[in-house]
Amino acid sequence: MKALYFAWVRERIGKAEEEIAPPEDVKTVDAVMSWLSARGENYAAAFANRKTVRAALDRTHARHDAPIGQAKEIAFFPPMTGG
Amino acid sequence: MPAQVVVRVQKESFDASAEAAALAGERKGIGAIVTFAGLCRDEGGTLEALEIEHFPGMAESEIHRIAREACARWPLEALLVIHRFGMIRPGEPIVLVVTASAHRGEAFAAASFLMDFLKTDAPFWKKQHRADGGEGGWVEAKAKDDAARERWET
Repeated sequence: MKALYFAWVRERIGKAEEEIAPPEDVKTVDAVMSWLSARGENYAAAFANRKTVRAALDRTHARHDAPIGQAKEIAFFPPMTGG
Repeated sequence: MPAQVVVRVQKESFDASAEAAALAGERKGIGAIVTFAGLCRDEGGTLEALEIEHFPGMAESEIHRIAREACARWPLEALLVIHRFGMIRPGEPIVLVVTASAHRGEAFAAASFLMDFLKTDAPFWKKQHRADGGEGGWVEAKAKDDAARERWET
């Protein structure tokens, strides 16, 4: 699946997007964050305080306990500050 | 007749009164138009610019979702939302919400609802660039914005 990162999540990870292939047992948004965190310090820094990270699956807001299912795209970003 | 809904996410600035006039068009059932524009503040002279990042695609789809919700709650004739991205200087507009209905109550309420949901649900992020050249950092989400959104949950 495609992973997208925005704002300070993007800055901490050091890239805006990438292809990721989480293993079978990684089933939820929260599990993807854990799995990514183990990939390096930059990911660990981005997901250090998960309460401040929001996610979207196929461009729809998703809770941390949401199953990733067959989603083609997952996005991580800080709480929104538009308007 | 269903409400006319216009959503634009753009880099360019906009003319609020021209947008409101164009939205109303020939709809003679409109008795009230509320126009809200959100501008970039200079924060007492300390801010050089706001850099607004967005999630292309999701920004538009989230605003459309919020607009559909507003149309379901109030009998609106027309509704417009423009949200800018990129570098924005103090005094420039960031966001425009225009709501049109037969009577003022619905237009005021829908405009307020749209702004409250845009703040918390539309994928935009503001980064501050300081006038003194220092690192400004990302604007943090405010608890009062979440509270403003929650008051619409019934």
